Amino acid sequence: MQIGLGHYLTLGAIVFTLGIFGIFLNRKNVIIILMSIELMLLAVNINLVAFSAHLGDLVGQVFALIILTVAAAEAAIGLAILVVYFRNRGSIAVEDINLMKG
Amino acid sequence: MYSAIVFLPLFGAIIAGFFGRAIGARACETITSGFLVIAAVLSWIAFFDVGFGETETRVTVFRFLTSGALEIDWSFRVDTLTVVMLVVVTNISALVHVYSIGYMHNDPHRPRFFAFLSMFTFSMLMLATSNNFLQLFFGWEGVGLASYLLIGFWYLKPSANAAAIKAFIVNRIGDFGFALGIFAVFHIFGSLDFDLVFAAAAARQGETFAFLGYEVDILTTICLLLFLGAMGKSAQFLLHTWLPDAMEGPTPVSALIHAATMVTAGVFLVARCSPLFELAPTALAFVTIIGATTAFFAATVGLVQNDIKRVIAYSTCSQLGYMFVAMGVGAYQAGMFHLFTHAFFKALLFLGAGSVIHAMSDEQDMRRMGGLRKLIPQTYWLMVIGTLALTGVGIPGLVGFAGFHSKDAVIEAAFAAGSGVGEYAFWLTVVAALMTSFYSWRLIFMTFHGRSRASNETLSHVHESPRVMTVPLMVLAAGSVLAGAAFSGLFIGDDWHEFWRGSIHVAAGNHILDEMHDVPAWARWSATVMMAVGLVVAVQFYIRRPAIPATLAREQDMLYRFLLNKWYFDELYDLVFVRPAIWLGRLLWRGGDGRVIDGLGPDGVSARVIDIAGRVVRLQTGYVYHYAFAMLIGVALITTWYMFAGR
Repeated sequence: MQIGLGHYLTLGAIVFTLGIFGIFLNRKNVIIILMSIELMLLAVNINLVAFSAHLGDLVGQVFALIILTVAAAEAAIGLAILVVYFRNRGSIAVEDINLMKG
Repeated sequence: MYSAIVFLPLFGAIIAGFFGRAIGARACETITSGFLVIAAVLSWIAFFDVGFGETETRVTVFRFLTSGALEIDWSFRVDTLTVVMLVVVTNISALVHVYSIGYMHNDPHRPRFFAFLSMFTFSMLMLATSNNFLQLFFGWEGVGLASYLLIGFWYLKPSANAAAIKAFIVNRIGDFGFALGIFAVFHIFGSLDFDLVFAAAAARQGETFAFLGYEVDILTTICLLLFLGAMGKSAQFLLHTWLPDAMEGPTPVSALIHAATMVTAGVFLVARCSPLFELAPTALAFVTIIGATTAFFAATVGLVQNDIKRVIAYSTCSQLGYMFVAMGVGAYQAGMFHLFTHAFFKALLFLGAGSVIHAMSDEQDMRRMGGLRKLIPQTYWLMVIGTLALTGVGIPGLVGFAGFHSKDAVIEAAFAAGSGVGEYAFWLTVVAALMTSFYSWRLIFMTFHGRSRASNETLSHVHESPRVMTVPLMVLAAGSVLAGAAFSGLFIGDDWHEFWRGSIHVAAGNHILDEMHDVPAWARWSATVMMAVGLVVAVQFYIRRPAIPATLAREQDMLYRFLLNKWYFDELYDLVFVRPAIWLGRLLWRGGDGRVIDGLGPDGVSARVIDIAGRVVRLQTGYVYHYAFAMLIGVALITTWYMFAGR
């Protein structure tokens, strides 16, 4: 079987979905949320590169690199926030983050 | 001059009321009393002018309102009836003002007191000088208001407030009847002006109209409704409950309002409307019955009261009954004469009682008095004069104190009436005369004779009143002694027509004033005999054998308590009127207003809003991933819609 565009796109979709479910079905750990966000970004990257290879246009790959940069910066900030949050609240259980409840 | 008489008290009231604090209490007293003394002097001038001269006038001040067929002026009607009332009101009011300077000496609210007293006098004078029903009603309401304000003068006392409201509300019931009467007058006669109404009255005799579904005689209905107002204002039987409670007010108030002037407004009304009443014999019969019943009832209750002012209050109620008896049998002149003399000796008694209360450091219960004869002799002798006048001491056919001439005239008129109603009235008034004598002398003996039952503390402060209080008493005493003999010929003598002229209208067949003088000797002597018997019994009970009253009260316990509790009228009214009214009010307030109107309106709406908001708020869980999920659902829905809803 030839691995065509469809397979890559499917892979991207599955990874994206896993990322989304990782956010909702998780109650214990904020780091899982950060990881799920990374997964979603990764899925988008896979899509972009697959289309770039298929269409022979380099823009897709360039954009994927930019996204990687942004993802990295974002992960850094996210972890920094997490660390400060942990210092203040003493726990990173998602269940406990409901101060906006009302 | 008439404008001066009526408006001087008003100016006094305005000055004392609005500028009292600026000019000080002393100035207020002097100004108001001064104005009233001037008005009193002017009223005597007017009395001789109109009474002996021929001057009868109408003084129009200005137009009040014009509304369709209703045209009302502010105008003064000056005839003999008016000037009699002017003399009574201004003189008693002036004396009370002067007396109050002494009595209210320590009161911090003197400007307010004098302002209200003058305002009352102004309203009463407007009532007496009115030439149409509306102005009379204005004065009527004004005196009711002043009465409320003055009874509740010491407003920090809850009993005073309750008494003031009671007076106002009971008066209101009478006023409702009165207002209906005025409406009926306008409906039938098309005008409220006395001259027009009285002239047109004779033509309407015997006519009927539909009222509450029945065909009733017009004039009888009007007169009965007007008399309802008189019943309320003059504390007649059934609408009397407010008068004893009104004693919560300061004693000068009791003397002025509830003895001499306001309560006589009802009597004046009947006399003023004599052209109407003379054409409605049923109404007159009703007046007589009510008057006689009141005279008897109030006298029985006054027999056993222990508060000095209450005894005099019931005495007033009883004497008002006498006046209405005279009116009812057609002897309006005798009724007005009794009003005239009664004002003097009743005011004297009240102010004298005030003197006693003042001396006894505000003690009002006679059971704690006694033996004051030697300590305050001036007050004692003045009260004795008042009692002699009230009980009607005199020699029939010759001369006597003031009450003798007027009260006996009423009793003789009741006898001369001849009708069944007249007989009923005669016997009741004779028995009431006996009781009047008894309780009046009982008051004197319990207060002044015997051994003192007061504490040493109180006794040490007993002092005679200052001259500013005793001089008015002496003026009143002079009136009580002389007014009867001096004025009886004028008011009810053979030449009464020269004096009253058209101010009191008598029907063609009404010769009662002449018949009155021809009653058999036993009837003429009956009142004097009753007075003597009452005196003897009172002496026996309270001087010779003081143990009798207590023993009698114990043996006749039920009768005693029945009388002491005023025939249980207050309890009866409470049960029949007050409780249902409160129940209904509470029902409408909590159920109607609270549950229905508020429930469907503001409260209901706000409750629903809170309810729904409470449910909606559960969407805000506080968990970010829930919010992210919602956003994702939204994105999916938009994409789907975009894909399928037309490109």
